[in-house]
Amino acid sequence: MDWLIIAAIKSGFVIVILLTGFAYGTLLERKLLGRLQVRYGPNRVGPFGLLQPVADGLKLLGKEDTAPAGADRVVFTLAPMISTACALSAFAVIPIGGTIDLLGRRIDLVVADVNIGILYVLGVTSLGIYGIVLAGWSSNNKYALLGGVRSSAQMLSYELALGMSLIGVLLIAGTLQLPKIVEAQATVPFILLQPLGFIVFLIAATAEVNRSPFDLPEAENELVAGYHVEYSGMKFALFQMAEYVNLIVVSSLATTLFLGGWYGPFGLLPGPHWFFLKVFLLICFFVWLRATTPRLRYDQLMRFGWKVLLPLALANVLLTAVGVLVLQG
Amino acid sequence: MIDTLFFALVAAVAVVAAVAMVVARRAVHSALFLVVILFCVALLYLTLSAEFLAAVQIIVYAGAVMVLFLFVITLLNPAAEQQLADVRSHGIVAAVLAGVLLIEVAAVLRWGTLAGQPASFPPPAVPWSDNVQAIGEGLFTTGFLLPFELTSVLLIVAIVGATVLAKRRL
Repeated sequence: MDWLIIAAIKSGFVIVILLTGFAYGTLLERKLLGRLQVRYGPNRVGPFGLLQPVADGLKLLGKEDTAPAGADRVVFTLAPMISTACALSAFAVIPIGGTIDLLGRRIDLVVADVNIGILYVLGVTSLGIYGIVLAGWSSNNKYALLGGVRSSAQMLSYELALGMSLIGVLLIAGTLQLPKIVEAQATVPFILLQPLGFIVFLIAATAEVNRSPFDLPEAENELVAGYHVEYSGMKFALFQMAEYVNLIVVSSLATTLFLGGWYGPFGLLPGPHWFFLKVFLLICFFVWLRATTPRLRYDQLMRFGWKVLLPLALANVLLTAVGVLVLQG
Repeated sequence: MIDTLFFALVAAVAVVAAVAMVVARRAVHSALFLVVILFCVALLYLTLSAEFLAAVQIIVYAGAVMVLFLFVITLLNPAAEQQLADVRSHGIVAAVLAGVLLIEVAAVLRWGTLAGQPASFPPPAVPWSDNVQAIGEGLFTTGFLLPFELTSVLLIVAIVGATVLAKRRL
């Protein structure tokens, strides 16, 4: 039963970290967006606006929980749960550090080190699409439906490029397990060996988490708000949570696969602090991207995904495969 | 012991979802129950220590194929009553076909010769970290290379065919 208790404690820790990350991710985004647009951002609640997430949470808790007439009640309730559950469980295989000694035990700083590692993340995130599609459908609202349909098409298209961009890393590391992929980067992070793969991954990941310039599923000026237009209160908060947790997961994945995970530059003091620093910087990058890029049109989005990103990813696979073959003799 | 319990639980959920899929009144609900079944099948692969197969089952079937199904269903959004009328008239044919299939399966299990010996459950464990490698080697170095490549040619033909049918003028 020992392993079960350890796994439960680790999951608890990860969930607390992710939910805190969600709460303060919203604050970080609003603060940073404000600064990038030459204004202050939230600064009224608590020192530097640090209690703003608490105020937001209390407000959402107090809101009336409504469902539109003609909505499919069961699916309407299920959709935000699917979104959040998939987002949270995707983090389970991501290692935040190496092995530490705690109370006479050796503890791996990862919830579950499974041998299909990266495939697990892809599988769970692909299930997360259901939350959005079902929310759009069950709301009985044409804007929500359009948002849901758009998002499913977008995520399916970019998931392909995302998966392909990872193959280069897997070819070099020779394993699917994320801790081993990080250990393979102890000297050289894969971003230096896979620059093209990293760029394709970053673009596809931005589309996967529906962030600007690929935030068409929730284009507020044409779809009101997209798939979650009919949601209020805690159900709406669950969608927000799923969105931010997905952002954290994608940033963690980029850190793990391309930026050397918990290793520092020149082998300096490896540890979770490097991991968190890299994830933080990546999230700041995503906010910066949102503040400075206009939204793509739908046909541009699809054309770019299929005609530019996917061929680039395939070319990267070919190049890497040839390189690995030549270097290994 | 725990393997058997897990199997029983997952199998029960799969069977209940299968029945629910057939009797559900709305097409979206049927599609969702099908997703549950596919997920259960993936869990069964896990109990057979076929982790790679489980992941691919979820990514391809639950994650891509069923999302496309749902995509079409939500866009067309057929009215529940109309579906039901269609289904009723086909009920007798379906029942007869299901009965024949059941008899077939029973006959094969009773008199047929299924190749090989019944395997033990749970199966002998594959070395934990070699799962994916074992599949790759099996697929590419033993006799499955030709069928594997032929399948990819078949898929490309299907994609080209679908494109030509859907878009007359390219």
